[in-house]
Order: sequence, then C-alpha cells, then structure tokens
Amino acid sequence: MNALLALPIASDAVARAWALLEQVPDPEIPVVSIRELGILREISEHDGAIEVVITPTYSGCPAMGQIEDDVRAAMAAHAMPVNVVTRLAPAWTTDWITDAAKDKLRAYGIAPPHTTQQPEQVLRYQPPRPLAAIACPHCGSANTTETSYFSSTACKALYKCLDCLEPFDYFKPY
Amino acid sequence: MAQTTAPLAYLLHLADNALVLGQRNAEWCAHGPVLEEDIAMANISLDLIGQARMLYQHAATVQGNGATEDSLAYFRDAKDFRNFTLLELPHHGPLAGTANADRDYATTIARNFLNSAFTLRLWHALQASSDAQLAAIAAKSLKEVRYHLRHSRDWLVRLGDGTDESHKRTQAALDHLWPYTEEFWTVTAGEAAAITDGSGADPRLLREGWGEDVNQALAEATLRRPTAKGFLPRGKQGQHSEHLSDLVTEMQSLARQHPEAVW
Repeated sequence: MNALLALPIASDAVARAWALLEQVPDPEIPVVSIRELGILREISEHDGAIEVVITPTYSGCPAMGQIEDDVRAAMAAHAMPVNVVTRLAPAWTTDWITDAAKDKLRAYGIAPPHTTQQPEQVLRYQPPRPLAAIACPHCGSANTTETSYFSSTACKALYKCLDCLEPFDYFKPY
Repeated sequence: MAQTTAPLAYLLHLADNALVLGQRNAEWCAHGPVLEEDIAMANISLDLIGQARMLYQHAATVQGNGATEDSLAYFRDAKDFRNFTLLELPHHGPLAGTANADRDYATTIARNFLNSAFTLRLWHALQASSDAQLAAIAAKSLKEVRYHLRHSRDWLVRLGDGTDESHKRTQAALDHLWPYTEEFWTVTAGEAAAITDGSGADPRLLREGWGEDVNQALAEATLRRPTAKGFLPRGKQGQHSEHLSDLVTEMQSLARQHPEAVW
C-alpha cells in the first residue's frame, strides 16, 4: 500500500493552526519563529481540540514557559482550544534550524550554527577541532576568535572579529 | 526490552546530583574571577538546574500523591538528598575554617572536570534506558555535558600547566577531591534495582573509560593522579558532609518562607 495513504490528512483546523503558529516569534530572538528554530514540532487534532507539540532547546532555557504561553495566546486570539504538549525526544538539534532562519540570524548579528558533527567516538573527550571559520555576522570576515564557550544565553558562544573588532554571539551547534 | 519506569530512588539520585552542583556553581554568579567565567558558571548552572527540573518532574510522576518538582526540590531535608558528596563540597580545600571561606576556582574546575567526565559516560549509557522518559532526558543532557566537560578540561589544562601558583592550587584541589570520586563506583540498592530492570546504568562499567579520559587530561595538565585513601563517601545513601545542610538551607529558604507563593 502506498505509504502516503497512511498519513493523516491535515484538517482545516490543523492547517489554520500551522498558519497561526508559524508566525509566533522566539521570545529571545524575535527575528525567527518557533517553527523556523525547530521548537514547534507537530500539530494534530483530537476530538475537536488542537494538540501542539513543542520541544525544549537547552534543558534550562527560561524561554520555554514563555513560548508555551505565546502558543496559547495565539490560539486563544482565534478562539481555538489548544492542548500544548512538551516532548523531549528526539532531542532538539540546531540542525533543525532552517536555512532561511540562519540568514535571519546573521542579519540580526548572530552567527548561525554550523552543522553538528557527530563525534566518531561519542564517549571520548573531543579536543576542540580546528574550527571551520565562524564568519563575523557584521563584516563577513573569517578572521574571528572564540572568547568564551558561553555567552548571553545558554545556546550561544561569545566570539570576536579580529578585523572589525566587534564582539558577536555564535549560535552553538547542539 | 520491556518498557519500565526507573525506581524513584534512582531518579532522585540523578536529580539531586544535578540540582546540588547547579546550586554550588551558581555561587559564582556575580563573583566570577573574570566576566566570561562568571557567565560560563551561570550557564552551566542553568543547564544543570534544567536537567534537575526534568528529572524531578519525572520523579514526581512516579511518586504520585501530589508530589511536584518543587516539593521534591524544596521540601525534602538534607538527609533525604541522594547526591554524591563530591558535589556538595564548598569551593575551597579542606583547611578552610568555614563554609564562607574564600572560594578557590581550581577547586571548582577540578570538581566540574571529574564529575563531567563521569556524567558524559553516564548520560551516554542512559540513552539506552528502558525508561523512555529517562532516555530522552539523557539524550538532551549528553549534548550539554559535552560543553561542560570541554570548559572544565580546558581550564584544568590551563591552570595545571600554568604558573607555579596555579599548578600548586590545582594539584591541591585534585588531591582534596579525588577520594570523593570513589563514590561514583559504588552501587546502592536503588541503583542495583535500576540496573536490574534496565532503566539504570552500571557505573562500574564506566570506570575504566573514565580513568583513561582523566589520565589523558592530567598528563596534558602536568598534574599527578592522586591515589584514593580508602575513605568511601556515602552521600547517595543520605550520609552527607555538613556542607549540604548549608547549601540546602539557603536554596530552600524562599520556598519555605512562602510555601504557596507563585509569580
């Protein structure tokens, strides 16, 4: 049997919910939406209520509560009952961030994450490999250096451009 | 493997580890030796407390009877905590007179390194837990502990292979903390139950790899590997040092003064 036939057909309510929720911005980085970041995972309909599945980024990210509130508010504004479910698996990864969102991050002054590289021997400490250049989001120079692995939020590292001398955030691969 | 739920005691052990170290490291917030390290410690604490929240939420579901993440974190007493003794110790060596003695960053770094090298392997193993929720938490935590290990290992090498003073203090911190790592390899009744039903990981199987990782880092840091002296801490059996009470009292004070407060 054709696998496509087994897929649930999106109802109008589900399509409307997608249209609504893909407009919901990330509370920390408002130039990208929660869908573009890969936080908004699934929307389905059960017994007349819409179920929205979101997934946390970093375990301690304080924005998750706000994102859930924003999803409820967006749905409530259109009188659509909603059940928000937080799902941990599969674990969120920066590889889910869309290319369009990466361009928006760069324009906003945040260097977008490189693709995560699965360590060959996952258990072993991985020495920092010679980093592929993290280009400065301000001037585009590849002549940059890492100041700290940790920065303004859990998901970013702090970098400095050695040409234009501006500091900038790098969205860490996760 | 049949789907199981990890024993409550095992989940609380993992959650208490994350919360207690998260609280300890957060003591550097606004007191870091340099601004970048201040921010790093706050970020690492945020990850650890986030992991603790997920574990307590899961434990609360297992416990039932109205338990919540807050009741487990704020309304259990120090003697009910099941964290490793290593994680509750203050940020200074054994000779300081009070818990408020000057903090020593070498102690912070050595502890985070020894513990991160262990939890990296633990979370990796727990991705295969028969408790699906615990496996999901492990997969997220593994991504975060990689950054924590990178941070503490880098500083261990920098301090150990640094000046005479930084080398001396890092070696002293390592000598002080090393015996506490013996607790990693003991197995409590709760852990034995978790290992048997497939929800837990046997720490004894992680020992050899941990030792190799540690040896490699110590060699780079020009530090000497201490030897254990036979002392076996029992924090995860509820027998703690006096330092945990101080930590827990401060952490729980707000929730206990205003038990129903919400904001």
